[in-house]
Amino acid sequence: MITAQRKPFDEIYEFAQRHKKILILGCGTCVTVCMAGGEKEVGVLASQIKLAAQEKGDQIEIVEHTIERQCDREFFDEATSRIINDADAVISLACGVGVQFCVECFNEKIIYPGVNTTFYGATVEQGHWSERCAGCGDCVLDQFGGVCPIARCSKSLLNGPCGGSANGKCEVDPENIDCAWQLIFDRMKILGRLDELEKNVPVKDWSTSRDGGPRKIVREDIKL
Amino acid sequence: MLTDVTEKIMEKPEPNIIALCCHYCAFTAADLAGTMRLQYPTNIRIVRLPCTGRVDVNMILQAFVEGADGVMVAGCEEGGCHFISGNLRAIKRVEYAKKLLAETGVNPERLEMYHIAASQGPLFAQKSTEFTERIAQIMSGEASTESTTQTNEVKTDEPATVDSK
Amino acid sequence: MTETATLKSDSRLEKIMSSGQFAVTGELGPPKSVDIDLIRKKAQHLIGKVDAVNITDNQTAIVRVSSIAAGLVLKEMGLEPVIQFTCRDRNRIAIQSDVLGAAIHGLPNILCLTGDHQCFGNHPTSKNVFDIDSTQLISMLKQMRDDAQFACGEEIKNSKKAEPLPPCIYIGAAANPFGDPFEFRVIRLAKKINAGADFIQTQCIYDMERFEEWMKQVRHRGLHEKVKIMAGVTPLKSVGMAKYMRDSVAGLSVPDSYIERLSKVEKSAAADEGVNICVEQIKQLREIEGIAGIHLMAIEWEHRVPEIVEKAELLPRPQV
Repeated sequence: MITAQRKPFDEIYEFAQRHKKILILGCGTCVTVCMAGGEKEVGVLASQIKLAAQEKGDQIEIVEHTIERQCDREFFDEATSRIINDADAVISLACGVGVQFCVECFNEKIIYPGVNTTFYGATVEQGHWSERCAGCGDCVLDQFGGVCPIARCSKSLLNGPCGGSANGKCEVDPENIDCAWQLIFDRMKILGRLDELEKNVPVKDWSTSRDGGPRKIVREDIKL
Repeated sequence: MLTDVTEKIMEKPEPNIIALCCHYCAFTAADLAGTMRLQYPTNIRIVRLPCTGRVDVNMILQAFVEGADGVMVAGCEEGGCHFISGNLRAIKRVEYAKKLLAETGVNPERLEMYHIAASQGPLFAQKSTEFTERIAQIMSGEASTESTTQTNEVKTDEPATVDSK
Repeated sequence: MTETATLKSDSRLEKIMSSGQFAVTGELGPPKSVDIDLIRKKAQHLIGKVDAVNITDNQTAIVRVSSIAAGLVLKEMGLEPVIQFTCRDRNRIAIQSDVLGAAIHGLPNILCLTGDHQCFGNHPTSKNVFDIDSTQLISMLKQMRDDAQFACGEEIKNSKKAEPLPPCIYIGAAANPFGDPFEFRVIRLAKKINAGADFIQTQCIYDMERFEEWMKQVRHRGLHEKVKIMAGVTPLKSVGMAKYMRDSVAGLSVPDSYIERLSKVEKSAAADEGVNICVEQIKQLREIEGIAGIHLMAIEWEHRVPEIVEKAELLPRPQV
């Protein structure tokens, strides 16, 4: 899923205090799974803003609402649209995609981002999410035993490791980052395919990734 | 025995304290304190929950939003939870809630987690008295810097199912 | 392997190693300012003492005068530089451009490195590049030199009718005999040789035993005959430095015997003992089959290089 983290409270409060009535709009998909912007988190943020407003003597009315996803037009239904239009401004706890899509659906409304969107990741265990994919547009996981060198190697090496791999950890942050190339090596060993790592991997075509410019996918067979 | 501070608090508008207590330990201890005729501050409103693991972060924050001066979360001793680890989850959530309170400018000392076994009536009385004194001191310190007093409207005997809306 | 193989460049370093002679390279870190005199001052110590001088490329991701720019200063003084390129700051377009630039100025030696991550330097918030890695960089340089082609396949020539004018370079790479995973280290060296490396410089060596173990594996695969391997040495200035190297540099182990020797002498004499140890190491490394030279990294200690190479009986340097 797309992972995100709630923005620092001060930043959000700075948005909130500019208005009299704000809607905190949660998203029920990715940010719910990574516990940054779902219904629960909307409730917590609302309480925090109320408490802070009490402390500072500000008057801010807060409305809470969560929809299934903010990246599909269907979920901005009548009721949601009314709530959004009623508010002076919206703090969306959806990922960057949801915030922008919300803006596109409600062109005249002020919509603030309430989370910092981070990476494509998986739940390693409850409360711990970790990056796995960089969206490079040209997946080579088959070549590396299912461990992505682009996303998980700090230097995106295709012919790694570099000299900074020690005890299976990456020197950039030995406590938190595993050396992807150690993982690749271990995995290819299990698969009995170590010899494949002796092949020189040629330079990558980065034009399929974000480097080539903002991307889109169009399926003519599906378009109405 | 009530301390001088608490007596003084009783004379003035009392701090409103919500005590989220688990049925199996802390609530039973509070009950016991009552039967033992031990004195503890009457401004504490006890909310009985099946387990402190039922407490979620927004339950605590909402109590403050609604006007609580202090919130105590009282559960079983570590290792003694009827539901094995509910109290351990509560410890982590209380820590997180303290952080969230600090972000909003609310003194995180107004929230505290206590571990009290069912047989520890006297301990319940002692801790609730200590906490009340702490809150009284904090609120009087804050009250002297404020020109208006807050109106404390606190729901009594809140049921265990608290809606987060 | 014939010792009279055709030379690929005008490199003095290449001439020496190709003719079977033992080579010595030094290293120099450019200044963090426009202090050109500092470059000259450091380089001065090395004239006539080494065959070529590596010039680091924003080492540790700290901004310094570029390798090529500093290299030109050395060339003026009669020293041959080894230009270092990392993959951290430049994409393939910039790198190939700089290769052409180095070549037109007659700087033939290029060392291909991955590069330290920017988090270690003075601009940790910058974006990194890593368009290609060091192995791909070696291939790219080989393609430029031998096929007269850019990485995209286009010929290196000015116009359709012109003749291709490729750079004549001597391609180097780094090897770390002590890194993880240990079983993979020799394979990585093999990959770099396949990619086209002409010479290799290793990380500084203290653990002779472990290095000999690595060289055994290297020889087993016949790699020492396909590429010129230069063993890296760094003199220990003090017991503090020895302990720091042991504790903070990943994969580097410093034998207790060295630390003991440095602790036993007076603090003021530690540097001299460090020089002695370094000289001993050089002599030991010379005896290892497959070692074609020494890469002496005496960063910020250039003034002791003359003494080290003399005591190690590496003078005079050959005339080519």
